[in-house]
Amino acid sequence: MIQIQVNNKTIEAKPGEMLLGALRRAGIQVPTLCNMEELLPTGACRMCVVEVEGAPALVPSCAFPVREGMKVKTHSQRAVRARKTILELLLANHPDDCLYCPRNGSCELQSLAENLGVRQRRYTGLKSQHKIDTSSPSLVRDPDKCILCGKCVRVCEEVQGVACLDFIGRGSQTTVGTAFNQGLNVSSCVACGQCIRVCPTGALSEQSHFRAMLNAIDDPEMTVCVQVAPAVSVTLGEEFGIKPGADIAGLLNAALRRLGFDYVFDTGFSADLTIMEEGSELVHRLQNGGRLPMLTSCSPGWIKFVEQFYPEMIPNLSTCKSPQQMLGAVVKGYFAERQKIDPAKIFTVSVMPCTAKKFEAGRAEMVRGDMADIDLVLTTRELARIIRMRGIDFNALEAETADTPFGERSSAGKLFGATGGVMEAAIRSAHFLVTGKEMENLKVQPVRGLEGIKTATVKVGEVELNVAVVSGLANARKLLEEIRAGRKDLHFIEVMTCPGGCINGGGQPIGTDLEAVKARMQALYRIDREEGVRVSHANPSVQRLYSEWLGKPMSDVSHKYLHTHYHAREVLK
Amino acid sequence: MSQTTASAGPGATPGSDDKLAHVLATFPEAKREYLIPILQAVQESQGFLSREAIVRIAGHLGLPASKVFGVATFYNQFRFQSQGRFNVQVCRGTACHVKGSAAVLNAVKRGLKVEPGQTTRDGVFSLEVVACIGACGLAPVITAGGDFHAAVQPDKVNRILQSYRKRAADDAA
Ligand code: SF4
Ligand code: SF4
Ligand code: SF4
Ligand code: FES
Repeated sequence: MIQIQVNNKTIEAKPGEMLLGALRRAGIQVPTLCNMEELLPTGACRMCVVEVEGAPALVPSCAFPVREGMKVKTHSQRAVRARKTILELLLANHPDDCLYCPRNGSCELQSLAENLGVRQRRYTGLKSQHKIDTSSPSLVRDPDKCILCGKCVRVCEEVQGVACLDFIGRGSQTTVGTAFNQGLNVSSCVACGQCIRVCPTGALSEQSHFRAMLNAIDDPEMTVCVQVAPAVSVTLGEEFGIKPGADIAGLLNAALRRLGFDYVFDTGFSADLTIMEEGSELVHRLQNGGRLPMLTSCSPGWIKFVEQFYPEMIPNLSTCKSPQQMLGAVVKGYFAERQKIDPAKIFTVSVMPCTAKKFEAGRAEMVRGDMADIDLVLTTRELARIIRMRGIDFNALEAETADTPFGERSSAGKLFGATGGVMEAAIRSAHFLVTGKEMENLKVQPVRGLEGIKTATVKVGEVELNVAVVSGLANARKLLEEIRAGRKDLHFIEVMTCPGGCINGGGQPIGTDLEAVKARMQALYRIDREEGVRVSHANPSVQRLYSEWLGKPMSDVSHKYLHTHYHAREVLK
Repeated sequence: MSQTTASAGPGATPGSDDKLAHVLATFPEAKREYLIPILQAVQESQGFLSREAIVRIAGHLGLPASKVFGVATFYNQFRFQSQGRFNVQVCRGTACHVKGSAAVLNAVKRGLKVEPGQTTRDGVFSLEVVACIGACGLAPVITAGGDFHAAVQPDKVNRILQSYRKRAADDAA
């Protein structure tokens, strides 16, 4: 550690780090717009400028390395005035649409304007006039609100390995857009929503249309079923001032009932179901010389990624639908039969940490006849908005349980919310499927944690299974390139599109940091530690579904409702 | 903004795929630093950068199409539509500026209903803004199909454009 002087106080800094990091640890808030945790600084926005003694001009603290004994003033008149001017210039061509903006209340630009005391328009530039891009089923881009911070461009390229966005043109004409300024729908965008999560403004947001759902709720003839993904109960609370990492599943069930849903189900149930099918598929491939490594198929952004960038690996993808789609299919199949409801009178909603799930629900493969497995997908953020809209005081609710039969899940199903969770659940059940015995220690430590690429060798009976767990598609790309180049040791690979998995999904609350993601992950591990049923195959409702309807994993009924196939996809890439 | 939109304007399909393959073959190594020379060579051979050309250049270098488009739109030298029968250049050099070339440019834009970098729908005109044409004595100056027009006033622009329209129509007849 070295010592530096900030605002006449001594604080500690790590040799070689950037000034901003040391300031943050010391609780000194310097605003930033382009800085991104874990990625190299670009110094693009200049919002973070501070005064350093001896430096001729103000320096961007995000890109300025610390030096022993340096003297810094973060909030001198000169520094603050410079930051305010920079912001005012950014606002010069801004549409000032706050009242009508999806980010009203969660916009970094807006809160910066407040924090810096902007009270009048000092510069007026020509307002930019671009078309809003609504072509994607998952995202909306409103370039007029873009301040060119470049975060979306970087996350899309450096974290997701997709790179469908870039700066286009130059000077005052610069915009962020896709190749040939086309809609996102024809670009290689995988709809992950990571760009929304990092965007400081309303330039990027999710597609949000839930009128059909509200109508279905009001319609006495319709049975409206909602399912909630495992990662949502450990993040939604943040929207209501509850600290990251609290599991509010009970309150969430209560809120959904207040909203008028007839049945509240848990996607953890169909995560268990996925494990039964996918685990059996893996064992089948291993025993019959099927295509390996098998790749998981729960994450729709990842599926699109494979379809467009690695079509030769489509046969490696598990044929299992994702848990969201499986639950929709069993609700409109088994549940409708059992309850004697016309499936056309069932409306299925899912609450997901994800924007790509909106894309997935609309895929042709996910519709049987003219009936979609899932009728509407809401993100965590949208659900919070609806709860507020309907005047529900979240913190005053009493916890409730989910409904049978699909409210029941194992804690393995809950682990699906974080990177490594599908793998851990699959290993537990594969072990049982192959040996007939439970693992002695259910915790599979090497696949846990936030690291981008994890590998492990696990013994399942006589077999040594080589597995890999990847999150963030840039990491997936690395691994797939190794496989393209001939790597052969792996049997099974779990891929989640978003870095860290669904707990850090593109539909999760805005403005969260790595610490929050860690806390969410710990919450899932805690649930797994504390609950009784910790393996998917022991979920009694899943067992009943097999005995009453599906028969056994990979049966014909399973194939009809729970499996699918994917195809190569032409996009601008 | 609009000059960066590569739309399927007149002649947006490249003259010949083989030509493109030929140009790419002169850069056998897929290195990022060849991007600009390749873009220049392709424009040289085809007159502009078609959408297909950009996608194939991206494929050749292993770069995303968005990046190649981003780089290409950064430089004024690249165009994304084929040139019209008459390329109109409006000089925006210092001397012409002082003599009111901004108003002349606006008049041309209004007359042609295109932005710099674009080609009219009928393929007769394309519009280009150039720095200094080296004819400062004639300021403000525009060229059309290689002819120089000196001391152009905004209200003269339409007459000039009309004469070329007539030529195009006569040729067609
Ligand atoms: S992006 Fe932010 S500042 Fe701009 S209109 Fe939306 S809320 Fe307001
Ligand atoms: S949704 Fe994902 S893939 Fe699409 S532009 Fe955003 S970051 Fe890129
Ligand atoms: S869209 Fe958002 S993240 Fe992307 S450059 Fe604009 S303001 Fe930044
Ligand atoms: S945050 Fe430092 S320059 Fe943008």
